[in-house]
Amino acid sequence: MELIMAALIGLMAAVSVYLMLAGNMLRFIVGLSLLSNAVNLAIFEAGRLSFAAPPFIAEGEKAPTGDVANALPQALILTAIVIGFGLLAFTLVLVYRLYGAFGTVEIDEIENAEPRG
Amino acid sequence: MLLALPIAVPFLTGVVCLALRASPPFQRLASLIGAAASVIVASRIAEAVLAEGPFAEQMGGWPAPFGITLAADMLSAGLLLVTSICGVAVVLFGFSEVEETSELRGHHTLLHVMLGGVSGAFVTGDLFNLYVWFEVLLIASFGLLVVRGGRRQFDGAIRYVALNLTATIGFLTGVGLLYGATGALNMADLHRAVAEIDDPRKLYATGALLLFAFGAKAALFPVFFWLPASYHTPSFTVSAIFAALLTKVGVYAIFRTFTLIYPPDTPYLAEVLMAAGALTMVVGVFGALAEREVRRVLSFSVIASIGFMIVALSIGTEAAIAAGVFYLLQDMFLKVALFAVAWLAVRRGGSEDFRLSGGLWPVAPMLGALFLLPGLALAGVPPFSGFWAKVLLVDAALAAEAWWLAALALGVGLLTLYAMARMFSELFWKPRPAAAPALATERPPVPIPALAATLAMVGIVTYIGVQPAPFIAFAQIAGAQLADPSAYIAAVLGGTP
Repeated sequence: MELIMAALIGLMAAVSVYLMLAGNMLRFIVGLSLLSNAVNLAIFEAGRLSFAAPPFIAEGEKAPTGDVANALPQALILTAIVIGFGLLAFTLVLVYRLYGAFGTVEIDEIENAEPRG
Repeated sequence: MLLALPIAVPFLTGVVCLALRASPPFQRLASLIGAAASVIVASRIAEAVLAEGPFAEQMGGWPAPFGITLAADMLSAGLLLVTSICGVAVVLFGFSEVEETSELRGHHTLLHVMLGGVSGAFVTGDLFNLYVWFEVLLIASFGLLVVRGGRRQFDGAIRYVALNLTATIGFLTGVGLLYGATGALNMADLHRAVAEIDDPRKLYATGALLLFAFGAKAALFPVFFWLPASYHTPSFTVSAIFAALLTKVGVYAIFRTFTLIYPPDTPYLAEVLMAAGALTMVVGVFGALAEREVRRVLSFSVIASIGFMIVALSIGTEAAIAAGVFYLLQDMFLKVALFAVAWLAVRRGGSEDFRLSGGLWPVAPMLGALFLLPGLALAGVPPFSGFWAKVLLVDAALAAEAWWLAALALGVGLLTLYAMARMFSELFWKPRPAAAPALATERPPVPIPALAATLAMVGIVTYIGVQPAPFIAFAQIAGAQLADPSAYIAAVLGGTP
């Protein structure tokens, strides 16, 4: 199970790097969101994969009895998803405005701030 | 709750500024009051650390390492204090420079949210929480970059956004894998847990990801390209606070991570830091010599300074780390001063481009003299703070028998002097080129808030240079606490050091 997940994460990372290096800002954004999802899966797997019960504490107990799933990675991922979504929304709007200003989203054709030569 | 205040005060100020967004004069007042309140909070924290050593507070009452810990040692306290003072200076400076349209769009709110994020990064004792603060300051800095809303701003911002987001994903991956390897996220707890890692590959993989991410934030060689591509596009006010704070957060994270979490004797660590720092110094200063625009020269000089700090850390002795802390703290004032005088000169001369500038000396000699001071300080000429920063660094390098680093530091300092003299000459001494528009014969009205902020920063840099002893002592305490983090760990986890 770990191996399948690891391979999936690797595949997602590879696809996203390909997209991010394409030089087109829209592809970059798709690649970035794919990469952040790959990282989220990696964090999930870092918390160990298991078929254990949800981490509930029975009434009257002070700690959960038996094997329970690790809830912390899910909390971390949730935070990362929220942050990632906000940044993604900002980046999308920025690229939209960039397109409005330059008429292209190919990064090599935009060289206003860093002119060549 | 003292340690929560450096975060709460800027956020509250940001909210108040947002509520007052229709009225720039009230926004300015709220902004200045909030910035001044942060100075009071930060000096209280510095006092507490000076009196009792590092201390920590557990948010929500969850004992460490289970809850979120806020902790301050001398480095954090010093950074908070300098950040808040730079915050006041930049708010004041902005009164003269930032256009009202930017203020109506939320310049002050974004500025204070960014200051809150920076302060949060300095006080948090939790690695994942550090990631969250990085994102907070990042999203606010995105806003500040584009708040003017022109073609140049969008272009600069897209480069900044793309490369910084990539770096934060690296940070998140590093945190996730480190959690997988150790089961810990609290930085003091990680000190113990990382020492127990048996497989060195886990150490290298997580350490390399974190170093990549923090290095990109700090604009370390070879991941610095976003900085000169973007820092010259927003208002000078925003450039100044970015140069003073944002790269320094990356430097802080490197200092913290590679003294507290990873043991300094981790294989390859010192070598990698030394190589990256040395190359950053060289690339930075040569970049500054090659550029032909005021703020692009200054952007590369920001990069060169980062190299000095990282080299200091890589030497690894207590004296060297103290030199790095001293360099870091005084450099923040210096960067605000540099961008501030640059604006004053560009405002008079009309252009940032060296091909369209010159001939300012006959019309504005006082401005010329003021312009020279931060440049000389950056190059390490006495009697400014930069001189002592270089003295401490070279002294520590010689004591550690790192001869080539001492020579490199002096060489780069000399080239920095050349770069600053060249900029002075291009703006002031050179006869005005024919293509440049004629200079206004009448002196424009003095921008009193900006001039006051500039003089204050130059004054601080000079004062540190004339009276360095207390500041050096402060940096030495910080260096000792970093070299031996047992007091910090005891403050966070309980128990005696």
